Amino acid sequence: MEALMEILENLHPEIDFNTCDTLIDDNLIDSFDIVTIISEINEEYDVVIPAEEIVPENFNSAKALYALIQKLEDE
Amino acid sequence: MQRNILEYLEQTAPRFPDKTAFANEKSGMTFQEVLDASRNIGTCLARKGYAKEPVVIYMKKHPHMITAFWGVVYSGCFYVPMDEEMPEYRIGLIFENLHPRVVICDDFTAPKVREMAEFDGEILMYDEAAAYPSDDGVLAGIRRRSIDTDPVYIVFTSGSTGIPKGVVGCHRAVIDYVESLTEVLHVTEDSVFANQTPLYFDACLKELFSTLKYGATTYLVPKQLFMFPVKLVEFLNEYKINTVCWVVSALTMISSMKTFDKVVPQYLHTVAFGSEVFPIKQFNLWRKTLPDARFINLYGPTEATGMSCYYEVDREFEDTEAIPIGRPFKNTEIILLDKDDKVPPQGEPGEMCIRGTALTLGYYNNDEKTDEVFVQNPLNKSYHELIYRTGDIGKLNERGELVFISRKDYQIKHMGHRIELGEIEVHVNMIEGIRGACCIYDKETEKIILFYVGDTEVKDLVTALKKKLPRYMIPNNVYALEQMPLTANGKTDRVKLKEINDEKKRRK
Repeated sequence: MEALMEILENLHPEIDFNTCDTLIDDNLIDSFDIVTIISEINEEYDVVIPAEEIVPENFNSAKALYALIQKLEDE
Repeated sequence: MQRNILEYLEQTAPRFPDKTAFANEKSGMTFQEVLDASRNIGTCLARKGYAKEPVVIYMKKHPHMITAFWGVVYSGCFYVPMDEEMPEYRIGLIFENLHPRVVICDDFTAPKVREMAEFDGEILMYDEAAAYPSDDGVLAGIRRRSIDTDPVYIVFTSGSTGIPKGVVGCHRAVIDYVESLTEVLHVTEDSVFANQTPLYFDACLKELFSTLKYGATTYLVPKQLFMFPVKLVEFLNEYKINTVCWVVSALTMISSMKTFDKVVPQYLHTVAFGSEVFPIKQFNLWRKTLPDARFINLYGPTEATGMSCYYEVDREFEDTEAIPIGRPFKNTEIILLDKDDKVPPQGEPGEMCIRGTALTLGYYNNDEKTDEVFVQNPLNKSYHELIYRTGDIGKLNERGELVFISRKDYQIKHMGHRIELGEIEVHVNMIEGIRGACCIYDKETEKIILFYVGDTEVKDLVTALKKKLPRYMIPNNVYALEQMPLTANGKTDRVKLKEINDEKKRRK
């Protein structure tokens, strides 16, 4: 989780990723952020997020994103 | 001879009155509805006494916003589309340049304009103007007095001094552009476009005018879909989209996420792209997925009304090659000039300079900036002839095709947006506690990197910057330095900053 938080905070130092669960719904992150997050998760956790998992539900909060990473790591 | 862009709408509406012209995922407007509403808006503005002046259109991206464009042109004024998400501060800078007397709003934007201290003019609600009864006599009188060098629109682009520049496009130039572009794209009444680019830049002219001229249809794609590639391709299939003119980053977002393993665009037969260099690896994924589609690279600056050059991909490209920008549209010439204003030998680089009717009228209320780049053709000493100096360096390859090489200044293309790094720096420097700032662009990672010296924390700096600049201009990485590295003659040492950035990337 720590590494993920670092990725997110580097992108948006002004957002509190511990509490925010409307990253997509409130337009806080954009398509550039999504592309960056996916590529950095790939480097850090060595998991590839498949296209069908790139949906708003998985990107609305750090928690949801981390759950996705764990799911992909288990597969 | 056609003199006014509205003739496209007036000739098409009787042919396809009930066909959808512009739509989003919720609602659409037919050609007849667009025609009627824009004539109403035109009459409304004229009756209120507005003429030959900028009319700001500040609305959410919607078919109504497009209709408001044509309404403003009916009134003999020119439209200035604004980004609904633009920070208030930047809107203020633009209003200082325009001095608009009227702004067309929707329910979402009207409260924001009411709060603006810089603006004391009229707020005209779209719904009210679109319901105003049109008057044939008033509109005919305006048309009779208008000429084809009158402005159609102003769009604002990044300025290195910190103040955005308004590029003024006229009827003649738009018509010249639309005729050439639609011929290259093979637009017909069966074309179905998915618009990606914002309505507040010239990029959307491609879909809007192709639709008006041929009776095609344009769907506005919800911006959020450009984050979710599978949903985006499903949208293309649901609306049977067959033609797109997108920035490269929107296309690579789809291909790089392995979207094509899940879903493939079924109807897409024409893919035009531009504003950035298409990485060949990604491009080849697209071509493999859509082997029968036409792929067209477009190149051109806002100052020459959108696009000036095209290249239809007709051969294979290796990963190390660049797709050429090809050759100019009909009735446009690109001249290469070296630093002595001479044409360089065949194959040697030079600044790409544009000659032709498609040149815009320059920057609004800004003679100084206009005169810097709209200049007398140095190859012609005999009569007045303007060229536009793009600042882009290009060359001809061995096939005689133009190839883009680089910029001669600090202008960059980032996520399809044209940005002056200097504009970001100006605004960073205005933040309290900042003693120095410099931006570089990391082409490899496609990130804007900001270095600064000062007592402000990164977090506070980013928050302050977001109030002043549009989102796409916010640096992707921000680093505080003890002091700015300087070259021997006292300028910021960008080479050193690049090294610091490379070092930070290695450590990651």
